[in-house]
Amino acid sequence: MPVLRWIRRNLIVIAGLLTLAYMILPNIVVMVFSFNKPNGRFNYAWQRFSLDAWKDPCGVADLCGSLSLSLQIAFWATLGATALGTAVAFALVRYRFRARGAISSLIFLPMAMPEVVMAASLLTLFLNMGAQLGFWTVLIAHLMFCLSFVVTAVKARVMSMDPRLEEAARDLYAGPVQTFVRVTLPIAAPGIAAGALLAFALSFDDFIITNFNAGSTVTFPMFVWGSAQRGTPVQINVIGTAMFIIAVTMVLVGQLIASRRKSNARN
Amino acid sequence: MTQQQTAGGDVRLVGISKTYGSFTAVQPLDLTVPQGSFFALLGASGCGKTTTLRMIAGLEEATTGTVYLGGKDITDLPPYKRPVNTVFQSYALFPHLDITENVAFGLRRRGIKSVKKQVDDMLELVQLGDFARRKPHQLSGGQQQRVAVARALINHPQVLLLDEPLGALDLKLRRQMQLELKRIQTEVGITFVHVTHDQEEAMTMADTVAVMNGGRVEQLGAPADLYENPRTTFVANFLGTSNLIAGEIVSTGEDLVVAAGGGKLTLPRERCSAPTTSGGRLLLGIRPEKISLAHADDADDIAAGCNRVTGRITDSSFIGVSTQYVVESPAGTALQVYEQNIERDSRLTPGAEVVLHWNPAHTFGLDAAQDIDAGATSVEDAE
Repeated sequence: MPVLRWIRRNLIVIAGLLTLAYMILPNIVVMVFSFNKPNGRFNYAWQRFSLDAWKDPCGVADLCGSLSLSLQIAFWATLGATALGTAVAFALVRYRFRARGAISSLIFLPMAMPEVVMAASLLTLFLNMGAQLGFWTVLIAHLMFCLSFVVTAVKARVMSMDPRLEEAARDLYAGPVQTFVRVTLPIAAPGIAAGALLAFALSFDDFIITNFNAGSTVTFPMFVWGSAQRGTPVQINVIGTAMFIIAVTMVLVGQLIASRRKSNARN
Repeated sequence: MTQQQTAGGDVRLVGISKTYGSFTAVQPLDLTVPQGSFFALLGASGCGKTTTLRMIAGLEEATTGTVYLGGKDITDLPPYKRPVNTVFQSYALFPHLDITENVAFGLRRRGIKSVKKQVDDMLELVQLGDFARRKPHQLSGGQQQRVAVARALINHPQVLLLDEPLGALDLKLRRQMQLELKRIQTEVGITFVHVTHDQEEAMTMADTVAVMNGGRVEQLGAPADLYENPRTTFVANFLGTSNLIAGEIVSTGEDLVVAAGGGKLTLPRERCSAPTTSGGRLLLGIRPEKISLAHADDADDIAAGCNRVTGRITDSSFIGVSTQYVVESPAGTALQVYEQNIERDSRLTPGAEVVLHWNPAHTFGLDAAQDIDAGATSVEDAE
């Protein structure tokens, strides 16, 4: 049975490809349907190829406004959570202080809490404080849950860092600021970058907490949800595809730079 | 020379100590490291040698005392303001920078722009010119070690501190690097303070060795002096091997006569660091290589005036240049004797009755109030 033998030899490759297909297929559907020209209001069945949506991505009312709002919130939430989270991670790893253990576990709470419960509780909190729901309440909520992920990502990196490297820097005439900028930060950078990417993705993506606390403000996920009730414009697929391509390109460029740097170092 | 004297200066520690809570890592300690010398702090792990070094570097704050460098009080200066650089135990090379940038780090932090020539020269000195653009992880342990030395030396510190710099290297490479470091030190003339637990390393490299134990300096001196005239049992056992024989002084004079193991042994009075009153207890020390071994049948051929101890060989091991014997005798159950393999006596096998004899001038005397085994086991711990 040569067929069976061939399967047995290539089982790992086959399993790998199937898994990959499972993961990528939804993305491909999104991409393919961004070139569709649907007959009705719903983009659920393939009709024929068209570039209409790509030529006019903002052609649907409010879509680009919500996208821009989501990007702004994601940007500020990422920036804030990364800065705060990095500081928290360093404090937790490098310093011994009272309640350090308690804080370390409290940081995990937002990740462990069911999102919908947290969303409702946050709304209660904002309403009781008399806060105006909108951009700021969404940003505060996003900052809060992004922080946990950043702390976790950066902490893992800082824990594996040799404190002697910073001693060496101080020994070699670098003051506290120089030591942080020249040694600590570059070495912690992969952890910080991972935390920031995670924060951005989580914030941009978030629907439940945002929906509860946005008031009349509409972010991109809320827009998609809203339009799904009335009909899905092809432009949603265009935006999704564009974001996917941008992200993949960034990863590829990053890998290219890293591998080039490695081969340079070897020569 | 005069120029160097004005540029450098001695390292002087006055009453320096370090305590962590209730634990005292370094007892109040006075130490002077003369400028331009190669100074070793030798001791087992936990003896306070690294803490002492880190207090000179400024990486550890002294609990009490003052650190002087060339007459200037630097106790309160942060490490980045001290003209002192360190070679760390694990090298602590910056993993994100290539070799050139690692070596240039100190120069750049002091605002020096044109570093290329200096870096190239320094890499040449440590024979790593071809590796300038590599990252630390692409180098072998020995190469990383040399980068760490270059990175510190390029700043022309007044003192270079080395914290067990060779500990991570295998034996052969360690021997090679010892000579290398010694060569560099002679070439640049900077004061080196070297922390190590390897007594052979300390004796090979340093001009002056301070043997530390339990947060104190036990004894300080030139390697040969420490080896020949240990003043404590710790130094006698930690630095090489010593046979220590307990005895009682029976007569004093130019030479001391000591009753030990059923016989009488003599030693010059000036080689005894203990009080020498008649009837007092004493520990007699003799190094294994200073003892000669004769079969009991040849006992009559031994020259008069020698110290003699009779015993029986319990173990012998042939190690090429010499044979090491363990001898059981009334004076001690496990006396060590190293015989050079010039003419081997085939009768000297385990079980043979023998006479150990040596020149009394090679005997040293120690205070019997000490632990006879101090320092003997810690050598094995540290290895």
